[in-house]
Amino acid sequence: MTHVLVVYTDDEPGVLTRVASLFRRRGFNIHSLTVGPTERPSVSRMTVVVDTDANTARRAVEHLRKLVNVLEVQQLGQHAKVVRDLALIRVSANATQRSEVLQLVQVFRSNVVDIAEDSLVIECTGSLGKIEALVDTLRPFGILEMGRTGAVAMTRGLRTDPSLVSSSEPVRAESSQSMSV
Amino acid sequence: MEQTGAQIIWECLLKMGVDTVFGYPGGAILPTYDAMTGYPVRHVLVRHEQSAVHMADGYSRASGRTGVVVATSGPGATNLVTGLATAMLDSIPLVAITGQVGSGLLGTDAFQEVDITGITLPVTKHNYLVTRAEDIAPAIREAFAVATSGRPGPVLVDITKDAQQGKATFEWEKAMPTRHLRHIPPFPAAAELERAVAMINEAKRPVILAGHGIQLSGARAEVLTLAERADIPFAITLLGLGAVPATHPHSLGMMGMHGEAWVNQAIQEADLLIALGMRFDDRVTGRLKAYAPDAKKIHIDIDFSEFNKNVPVDVALGGDLLQVLRAILPKVQSARHTPWLERINSWRGDSAVRDIKNLPDDGHLYAAHVMHDLWKLTKGAAVVVTDVGQHQMWEAQYYHHDGERSLITSGGAGTMGFALPAAIGAKMACPDAEVWVVAGDGGFQMTFAELMTAVQEDVKVNIAIINNGFLGMVRQWQELFYESRYAATPILSPDFVKLAEAFGVHGQRVDKRADVASAVAAARAAKGTALIEFRVEQEDSVYPMVAAGAALHDMIRRPSPSPLAETGADPV
Ligand SMILES: Cc1cc2nc3c(=O)[nH]c(=O)nc-3n(C[C@H](O)[C@H](O)[C@H](O)COP(=O)(O)OP(=O)(O)OC[C@H]3O[C@@H](n4cnc5c(N)ncnc54)[C@H](O)[C@@H]3O)c2cc1C
Ligand SMILES: Cc1ncc(C[n+]2csc(CCOP(=O)(O)OP(=O)(O)O)c2C)c(N)n1
Repeated sequence: MTHVLVVYTDDEPGVLTRVASLFRRRGFNIHSLTVGPTERPSVSRMTVVVDTDANTARRAVEHLRKLVNVLEVQQLGQHAKVVRDLALIRVSANATQRSEVLQLVQVFRSNVVDIAEDSLVIECTGSLGKIEALVDTLRPFGILEMGRTGAVAMTRGLRTDPSLVSSSEPVRAESSQSMSV
Repeated sequence: MEQTGAQIIWECLLKMGVDTVFGYPGGAILPTYDAMTGYPVRHVLVRHEQSAVHMADGYSRASGRTGVVVATSGPGATNLVTGLATAMLDSIPLVAITGQVGSGLLGTDAFQEVDITGITLPVTKHNYLVTRAEDIAPAIREAFAVATSGRPGPVLVDITKDAQQGKATFEWEKAMPTRHLRHIPPFPAAAELERAVAMINEAKRPVILAGHGIQLSGARAEVLTLAERADIPFAITLLGLGAVPATHPHSLGMMGMHGEAWVNQAIQEADLLIALGMRFDDRVTGRLKAYAPDAKKIHIDIDFSEFNKNVPVDVALGGDLLQVLRAILPKVQSARHTPWLERINSWRGDSAVRDIKNLPDDGHLYAAHVMHDLWKLTKGAAVVVTDVGQHQMWEAQYYHHDGERSLITSGGAGTMGFALPAAIGAKMACPDAEVWVVAGDGGFQMTFAELMTAVQEDVKVNIAIINNGFLGMVRQWQELFYESRYAATPILSPDFVKLAEAFGVHGQRVDKRADVASAVAAARAAKGTALIEFRVEQEDSVYPMVAAGAALHDMIRRPSPSPLAETGADPV
C-alpha cells in the first residue's frame, strides 16, 4: 500500500542525502521522492511516496522526526489530499494516428507540447491513477520515452504551514493512536 | 574580541564542561592542537583513533558525561568509524571533532581528503561539515545537545582547516541550539497510561524486561518501586545489567541468548511483559513468532520508531522512562504474585545444578570460575569492562552487577577490541573506581597497543585475559553448527607476561584455580596497570544457549548429567 509523507526540512546541503540514506538503510521502499522550495526561503518540502504497510510507514515517520534537519513530517493518509504528478510522454504516432491520439489526450485533459513527423510529446498532470490510465491508453501506439516528476502532495482545506503546527500535535495525536494497536 | 576558529573550538568545549579529550593529531587538525596548549584540557594521546572513540565511549558509559574525540582528516577520521558505530548501536552520547582539508580543496581528492560526513552519516545521530569560523560554535553547541537529548548517540563535527584558522567572535549565547527540540513528543495520553496501569494491576504472571534505557534515564529507583510494590520479577538485558541490581530479590538475571533458562522460561510463560527502555534485540527474543505468546506487552521507550519494530505491543508509551514511570506509579496497586515467583524459582534450582560454576576443582581452570572468583574477590564492586565473545557472556553470567554503570560492554555492535580502551576511558571518568578489563585472547590482540596509553597517562586498570587459544565464541558456533570444523579460529598469542613487561606493566599467568585469588590480589595491589593471563579450558562453551532461529525457551542446556548433580545448588 502506498503512503504519502510530506517532510519539511531545512534548506541545507546534504538534507536530501540524509532522508534518502534513512530510507535505504531501513529498507523502506520509496515509490517517489520530490523536493523543492516552499513559501519560506529557508524551508524545503519533500513529498515521499512509500510502498509499505501501515506500521512501517509509521516507523518511517518516526525515523524522519529524529533527523535534526526535519522540521515536521505529515502522513497524509487520513486527510483529504491533492496528489499531483507530472508526466512527459513521447508517443509514436504517424499522420494517420495523430488525430486519434489527440482525441485521447483531450479526454485526459492533457496537452500536446511537441509534434514531430512520427511522434507527439504529451504533458499530463494529475493523480497517479490518472497518469497510469493515460499511459495504458497510449501504450498500443508505442511509448517511446517517458519522464515523470514523482508526486507532490498537499492536504485539502486544512492549512499546514509548519510554523503553525510547530508543537506537531495534529500529526502526533494521530500517530500515537495508531501506535496503541 | 575575535578569536581563531581553533580557539573557539576549545572555548566551546570548556563551556560544555569538557576537561578530557581523546585524540590523535595530524595536518588538518594541527591548528586546533596548537591552540589546545592555551587551555586547561587533558589530552589523551591514543595509539589508534578507533581506541579514542572507545575511550570516549567508556568515559561516557562510566559517568554519563559526553566523551569527546579529536582526530585529523582522511585516515584519522575513517579510523573513527567502528567506534562511532559501536556508540550509535548502544545509544552512547559522544562528540567527535575531525579536521578537514581547506574548504577550497573540498571535492578535489586533496591530500587526506575523505568525505567523513558522508561516510559516518548512518553511524552518527547527526554530523556537520563546518567551513567558516563563525559556524563553529553553533555546530559544536548543537552537537552536544543532539548527542545527549532524546535517545543519545554520537555526533561528528568535521571542521575545515581554514575554518580553524579563520577568525570570528566567539558568541556563546547566540550559539544556543534549538533544532534538537523540534520534535519533543507529547506525553502519553492519560487513557494510554490508564490502560497500562490496568494491565499491570490485573496481571497474574508479570515480568519486567529491564533495559539500558533505565540507566540512560536514571530510573533505577522507580523501576525498583514498581517491582517491589507490584511484586514483579525483572529480567535484564546485557546492557541493562547494573542499571538494576542483580542481587535484588526480584532480579532474575540476564535474559536472551545466553540468559539462564529459568529467565527465558519466565518470559515465555508470562501473561504480561513490561519492557522498560529495551529494544527487543534479536539476541533477547529468539524466534519472534514464538516469543512470549500469552503475554500482553507494554513498551516504554523514548524512541517512537522502536515501537512494534520486532515485537507487536499492546500499549506503547513514548517518552522518557523516568517521567512515564512517575506518571503511572501512583496508580499501581501493591500485589503479591507468590505462586508465580515460586514457579520461576522451581526452575532455577535445576539450572544451578548444571552450572559449570559448581564443578569441583578438577585441576582445570574454567573461565566461569575466574569470573565467579573475581566477583567474590572484588565484592562485586568493580567496574568491569568486557570485550566481545565467550568471556563477555561468562562475565555477564557470573559477575553479579549491583552498582549502576558497573558493567561496560559493546552489546549492539559487539566490537572486539573495545574493552581495553573503553576501560581506560572509564577509569579517567571515575578515577576512584576499581576498573577491570575482561577480554579474550583474540579481542585483546586487536587494541593492546593502548597499554602504552595507560602507561603514558598513568592510569591503572586491571586486566584479565581469558586465554583459550581460540576465537572462542566463533569456535563454539563451529562446534555446535559446523561439525567442529575450526576454520580460522585457533589463535596464537604472544607471551602476555613478557608483553606486559615490555610495556612496563605488572604481568602474571594463572592456570590453576588455586592461584586465582593471589593473582587478583597482586594485580589489585600493583601500583599501575596490571595484567593477568588466565589459561583456561580451550574448548569450553557458554551455556545455556538459544540457537539462531530457535524459540527463546528452546535452549541448549549445560551438559548433563553434571558431575555435580548431587551437591546441589550454590545460591549465588
Ligand atoms: C556475543 C554477544 C552475545 C549477546 N547475548 C545477549 C544475551 O544473551 N542477552 C541480552 O540481553 N543481550 C545480549 N547481547 C546484547 C544485545 O545484542 C543487545 O545489545 C542488548 O540486548 C540491548 O539491550 P537494550 O535493548 O537494553 O539496550 P539498547 O540497545 O541500548 O536499547 C536501549 C533502549 O532504551 C531506549 N532509551 C534510551 N533512553 C531512554 C530513556 N531516557 N527513556 C526511555 N527509553 C530510553 C532506547 O531508545 C532503546 O530502545 C549480546 C551481545 C553480544 C555481542
Ligand atoms: C571486530 C570484530 N571482528 C569479528 C567479530 C566476530 N567475533 C565475535 S566473538 C569472536 C571471538 C572472540 O574471541 P576472543 O576475543 O578470543 O574471546 P572468546 O570468545 O574466546 O572469549 C569473534 C571473532 C567481532 N565481534 N568483532
